[in-house]
Amino acid sequence: MKHIRNFSIIAHIDHGKSTLADRLIQYTGVVDARNFQDQILDNMDIERERGITIKSQAIALPYRAADGRDYTLNLIDTPGHVDFTYEVSRSLASCEGVLLLVDAAQGVQAQTLANLYLALENDLAIIPVINKIDLPSADIERVKAQIDSELGLDPETAILCSAKEGTGIESILEAVVRQIPPPVGDPESPLAALIFDAKYDAFRGTVIHCRLFAGTLKAGDVIRFHYNDATYRVEEVGRFRLQREKADALRAGDVGYIIAGVKTVSDVRTGDTITHEDRPCAAPLPGFKEIKPVVFASIYPIASDDYEDLAVSLEKYKLNDGSFVYEKDSSAALGQGFRCGFLGLLHLDVVQERLEREYDLSIILSVPSVRYRFIMKDGASGWVDNPMHYPDPLSIIKSEEPFIRAVMMLPDRYLGTVMKLCMEKRGVNSQMNYLSPGRVELTYEMPLAEVIYDFYDRFKSVTQGYGSFDYDLIDYRESNLVLLDILVNGEKVDALSQIVHRERARARGVQACDRLKDEIPRQMFKIAIQGAIGGEIISRSTISAFRKDVTAKCYGGDISRKRKLLEKQKKGKKRMKMIGNVSIPQSAFLAVLKSDTD
Amino acid sequence: MRVPPDIAIPPGEPLTRITGTMNSENLPGLYLHIPFCRGKCAYCGFYSRTDLSLIPDFLKSLRAEMTLYREAFSRIDTVYLGGGTPSILGASHLEVILDAVRRQFVIADDAEITVELNPGDLTARALRTLRALGVNRLTLGCQSFDDAVLAFLGRRHSAGQCRDAILAVRAAGFDDLGLDLIYGLPAPGGDPGTAFRGWLASLQTALSFQPEHLSCYQLTLEADTPLAATLALSPLSLPDDDLSARYFLTTSERLEAAGYRHYEVSNFACDDDHRARHNRKYWDHTPYLGLGPSAHSFDGTRRWWNPRDFDAWVGALRDGMRPIAGEEILTLDQLRLEALFLGLRTREGIDMEAYRKRYGFDLCAERGDKIAQLAAAGLVRADGYRFSPTRRGLVCADFLARFLS
Repeated sequence: MKHIRNFSIIAHIDHGKSTLADRLIQYTGVVDARNFQDQILDNMDIERERGITIKSQAIALPYRAADGRDYTLNLIDTPGHVDFTYEVSRSLASCEGVLLLVDAAQGVQAQTLANLYLALENDLAIIPVINKIDLPSADIERVKAQIDSELGLDPETAILCSAKEGTGIESILEAVVRQIPPPVGDPESPLAALIFDAKYDAFRGTVIHCRLFAGTLKAGDVIRFHYNDATYRVEEVGRFRLQREKADALRAGDVGYIIAGVKTVSDVRTGDTITHEDRPCAAPLPGFKEIKPVVFASIYPIASDDYEDLAVSLEKYKLNDGSFVYEKDSSAALGQGFRCGFLGLLHLDVVQERLEREYDLSIILSVPSVRYRFIMKDGASGWVDNPMHYPDPLSIIKSEEPFIRAVMMLPDRYLGTVMKLCMEKRGVNSQMNYLSPGRVELTYEMPLAEVIYDFYDRFKSVTQGYGSFDYDLIDYRESNLVLLDILVNGEKVDALSQIVHRERARARGVQACDRLKDEIPRQMFKIAIQGAIGGEIISRSTISAFRKDVTAKCYGGDISRKRKLLEKQKKGKKRMKMIGNVSIPQSAFLAVLKSDTD
Repeated sequence: MRVPPDIAIPPGEPLTRITGTMNSENLPGLYLHIPFCRGKCAYCGFYSRTDLSLIPDFLKSLRAEMTLYREAFSRIDTVYLGGGTPSILGASHLEVILDAVRRQFVIADDAEITVELNPGDLTARALRTLRALGVNRLTLGCQSFDDAVLAFLGRRHSAGQCRDAILAVRAAGFDDLGLDLIYGLPAPGGDPGTAFRGWLASLQTALSFQPEHLSCYQLTLEADTPLAATLALSPLSLPDDDLSARYFLTTSERLEAAGYRHYEVSNFACDDDHRARHNRKYWDHTPYLGLGPSAHSFDGTRRWWNPRDFDAWVGALRDGMRPIAGEEILTLDQLRLEALFLGLRTREGIDMEAYRKRYGFDLCAERGDKIAQLAAAGLVRADGYRFSPTRRGLVCADFLARFLS
């Protein structure tokens, strides 16, 4: 056990986490350079394209250290986005130490700090690493000063590296061996294993990724999940190389996987404790939380014939994403569909993209919403995450909406515009803290609904990319809410309805009408788009009918070309949804949430 | 079978003749691409060469190409010499070509034989020759009766030469004359009103000659033309959709008021018999054989095209090969789609029963709702048997096709 090190890399998004992981893998020779595909740990297309890690991965790196001994370094990769904080915390709970990666040009950012706090909560050894030192804009001294003043870490322990160019890799591996303590735990004690991830394998069912804190686990054992008392017989245990590698047993201190005939990923809860059925541990490992979706939207097939395909695809998708939830839903405008819950807007984007790309579906998402709480005159209370289920306004005595605490870091020259933005987003209880001359940490409490509504894009834009942002859900607070409906040629499109704060309703209505005017193409008749609260029209825009749409010439040589163009356009048409007699492009539904001020 | 009121049927005419679209039993047409011009017009994207010393090679290869297809396209009832500039060829060259056509193919007695002419290179002698060779239809590439517009387009003739050419054609005894005109140029000095009135004046001049046929094309930017390059760097721009529609609709109204029938997006005829028989084959899936560089051919299910390259075309023929740059065999779906968009470009529109018989797709059953929507919006007329674009429908015929496909 003393030759095992369990560690993670944590960083703000784009600070080079996946690239560093790749270099560590390459350096330790798990994979030869010829077969190397960049960012191995991010094995989904979307992750590679977006450069973010969505689901954790793990790998065991064999390493002979300067002391001549052979070590197994278990690298547990963590998701790199604010939507996945809980997953990160469970991965960190499986480690004894972290590499805290800071971009040499961008310096300490909001997620750097948020991740540091997570590491400190788990009592981890922290090794600061300054990455991207090859960049012309790298400013190592400034970043060291930030590590000292903003993170409270010893800047002299920071390792300089360029993951891109492969410099500093050996120093990092040595530091992992020397500064991160080996795991402790008694292999003879009752089993206590922490689930930090789960993947679906079409042949084997759910593959549980876990860290053993006590006990020993082998094939044939009967295990029990603490969360729901479900029991399973273990079929296989093993460790992570690039692929899974079967082992006789996992012991306290090990990071590995369990295959135990668990059908779906949703049967497993990240953060749950696994123990033996016949000799259970006294108490579960700390930190378990049931994570709940916070953003909701309905998914509809563009062609109603595709409903069954969509149902099958969601079921398959769900196999591998335990944090995604859905149930049947139907809309007067869009027909049969599903109401889905997501951890955040990025999670929503990822699900949408994967459904379209991997399952070849054309889908429409309704305007995303948070979950509101209503207390009614008859004393009943209820949760509403779907504007279609907005209760009768006359019977509501109190409405509440979720609030978050947003932590932002930014150069102080942007302070004015960011505070203005936060106020516009109904931010309250601001706190400001100078981290170092010129750099501010700003905290606001804000309604989550305002954050999913274009806050992040605008924050990035007003800080010209120099601001960073992180958030936590805090509580529900009383709010004055109304239902904003959108009418297209007089017909209510329920999938475009939004629950909004009364004071923001008019501005939202105007904005929604303007955005839809940009998104909906001219059609054969004039289209009126209206925003309405109750029966009252509060905003309006008009799309005039198109005029000319024909090519002048079509003779012998033009026909094939023209047909090919039509064939192409016909495919594009599938991404339009007919509502009444108006075709509305898929993009219109999400565009309602985007601002046009940037 | 009822027919929408805007389709006039001359008394005594059998309906099949008038509604002859979709009729695959029509005889094929022959197109000959004459790939020579004295210079390139700024807007033109057709293939042509300016080296006239290639003409003898061209004539020889053209004859060779005819022999390759004489079996497959033995009987034809239209011949169309286009280009390029057919009138660049001397009388003897035209004689060689038309002689060869008559020897290789059986030409129907009442065949339509059309030659495109450039107003700048017409002589009385050439016109006499054409007449003697049996040419019975001429189209004259006037483009405009405004010298400034002609200069902008890079034409090498004047408005005066257009007038002279028309008079010469009439004097030579031709009674089926078509004029080609272009509208929708960028407005000089940024005044779209002046350009618009200028177009109507040109149109009025054209009408004063009482041509049997008029083709009025909106100026389209073709890729890789000098005009496209010029406009890319210039503050001038082509009319927007709204103004384009105004040009289109006003042109249609003026010409219909003058007794012409707007029978296709860009084509007008003084009566149904003067609609361009050759061009109509393109729009109703009648087979056509195209000879010469860049020409396209269609045999009912297969379409192929010659290289846009003189040397490649000559070379293949020298080797006894069909000079083909590409070919496609159309699936039934593709034929349906083509028949739909081509039919919607004509004022006759689509005979749904004929369409069902020929393409095995019942538009009435499958697209009835959508056709009714278009009819409600005033874009088509429909009576359950046939639907045909209105004037406002023609100006968005591409939309109609997308909507119904």
